[in-house]
Amino acid sequence: MRPFTTLTGVAAPLRAANVDTDQIIPARFLKTVERTGLGRHLFAGLRYDAEGAERRDFVLNREPYRRAEVLIALENFGCGSSREHAAWALDDFGIRCVIAPSFADIFATNSAKNGLLLVALPRATCEALMADAEMGANARLTVDLERQVVVRPSGEAVAFDIDPGAKARLLEGLDEIGETLARAPAIDRFEAARAAREPWRPAIRL
Amino acid sequence: MPRTLYQKIWDDHVVDVLPGGEALLYIDRHLVHEVTSPQAFEGLRQAGRRVRRPEATLAVADHNVPTLDRGGGIAEPQSRLQVQTLERNVAEFAVPYVPLDDVRQGIVHVIGPELGASLPGMTVVCGDSHTSTHGALGALAFGVGTSEVEHVLSTQTLVQAPSRTLKVELTGRLGRGVYAKDLALAVLATLGAAGGTGHVIEYAGEAVSALDMAGRMSLCNMSIEAGARAGLIAPDETTFAWIEGRPMAPRGADFRAAVAVWRTLASDEGAAFDRTARLDAGEVAPMVTWGTSPDTGLPITACVPSPDDAPDAASALQRRRMLDYMGLSPGQPLADVPVDVVFIGSCTNARIEDFRAAAAVAKGRRVAEGVRALAVPGSGLVRRQAEAEGLADILAEAGFEWRLPGCSMCLGMNEDRLSPGQRCASTSNRNFEGRQGPGGRTHLLSPAMAAAAAVTGRLTDVRALI
Repeated sequence: MRPFTTLTGVAAPLRAANVDTDQIIPARFLKTVERTGLGRHLFAGLRYDAEGAERRDFVLNREPYRRAEVLIALENFGCGSSREHAAWALDDFGIRCVIAPSFADIFATNSAKNGLLLVALPRATCEALMADAEMGANARLTVDLERQVVVRPSGEAVAFDIDPGAKARLLEGLDEIGETLARAPAIDRFEAARAAREPWRPAIRL
Repeated sequence: MPRTLYQKIWDDHVVDVLPGGEALLYIDRHLVHEVTSPQAFEGLRQAGRRVRRPEATLAVADHNVPTLDRGGGIAEPQSRLQVQTLERNVAEFAVPYVPLDDVRQGIVHVIGPELGASLPGMTVVCGDSHTSTHGALGALAFGVGTSEVEHVLSTQTLVQAPSRTLKVELTGRLGRGVYAKDLALAVLATLGAAGGTGHVIEYAGEAVSALDMAGRMSLCNMSIEAGARAGLIAPDETTFAWIEGRPMAPRGADFRAAVAVWRTLASDEGAAFDRTARLDAGEVAPMVTWGTSPDTGLPITACVPSPDDAPDAASALQRRRMLDYMGLSPGQPLADVPVDVVFIGSCTNARIEDFRAAAAVAKGRRVAEGVRALAVPGSGLVRRQAEAEGLADILAEAGFEWRLPGCSMCLGMNEDRLSPGQRCASTSNRNFEGRQGPGGRTHLLSPAMAAAAAVTGRLTDVRALI
């Protein structure tokens, strides 16, 4: 996994709560067997009209937000479906960090597996950061995971909390499957003990 | 110390405790479908890894599959590629697979319980958020993303932090014409779309005990719409009777041994939940959603709410946006809203009991002029049973299209989708913008309410028809 350390970039304000994964990437774009190439379909229903032309009023269609690396939204970002395509589409567009008051559980896990940093901050702080972001190209935010701060254009540093395990994995970009496979003996023991205790447990047989 | 049902299942599956305090949790059942698995299998291939326990894994194609005719295979090239990719992957990694032409094929969350693949006390995962459905059996079942699909394929475990627990106590008994779906929508309206985030819900109380297994599955299915990781119901005699004799369930002495273990799967007296919510099921009316979030359910007797009554400016803005998208006006009675399409199906409501409820309303009536009505069974076995019981004929005679099993218009990954501006009365689980097709408008309701909408051409209180 690609690590996340720090970034300085344009932040796009998306003033909406409950941004669901069907909005982030509609189901009709899930018919891919690849992880890449989904950026052009990010927020497709909001970003394009019925003819496929860009909607002028959608934030990511405006300069400088076409180059946004940070997205700021309201509560419960990423709710709905488990599609990891939502994290892939954000990443493929160039978004490396989402800031919101809260996130949906599965989306949060998916983001962590893809080096996409989610920063949870109180609503008032998100509103202030959105006001910063609305200042445009000169209003870059810095997100520093090591120090756990978002630095506003004014220079003010806003601290955020993150689970220490999640932080370590993001900073190092660890291969979680590789780590778990190193614990294979514990998994073997678990399976053997249970098979002895509960031999009635059935296997899948078609 | 008294433990909740969730804690018992959790404790029973901890393989190891990791340095960060998370657990390595053993996964008993891994259900796999075509949309969220291709990149996971590709990851295994690139790393030279294998599937650790193919015999704990069950694959089926459901999201993309045609529901009208499969004789010529799948016409749409991308859908075809995704299903073919699944078929290649299950062959290469020796994963049990229910083929498209098998009568057991269907929506993964319908066939898992139906075949006896998901059982009480198990941990069940799938790359699909509605995995919460299997919690109706007393299994800890939750949706995961593709990276976690790959992790489970490779290790049969997941790295998990424990969730908080939320007990939803449903007292009283459902009234006439009121179903588990109405209860689910009422619970969602109470909790809100993020009310369950970080929690596993346990549903308990008289109204839950009285539900049949299909109803329990509808209820647990919608847990994710409150943001909850999973929904759980303690297994009881209703559960055991329903499981006995299912193809993959234990048999004979094995079944009795299993039931002895399953009887211990209930929250202990005095077990502490992090939160508790209560609702009187007797007060619940047939529900319908008006907005683009599943927590916007209201009794069918209510009117479309006004943004002016919203608790704050941001919710007023959100409400205005929803009304605009849905083409509704504040104060409009919900029971007056005309519909273009009716969809009875999805992992929420495509079981035999759902079609019985729909057929009871549709019997002897006709789908209203100009309304297109789809009935899409959740599995080939449900389809066969509905045909044997005469339900398919009742629905077809009323003017419903009787389809082949699949996810269909719940999310429109196959041909079954709404056109822009079309309004649908749907038994599915999500009314998000564009969910059933770009620009489509979704009202969530029960199968009986959907049938009532079909025969009257508008959202209707089903109690007037039964």
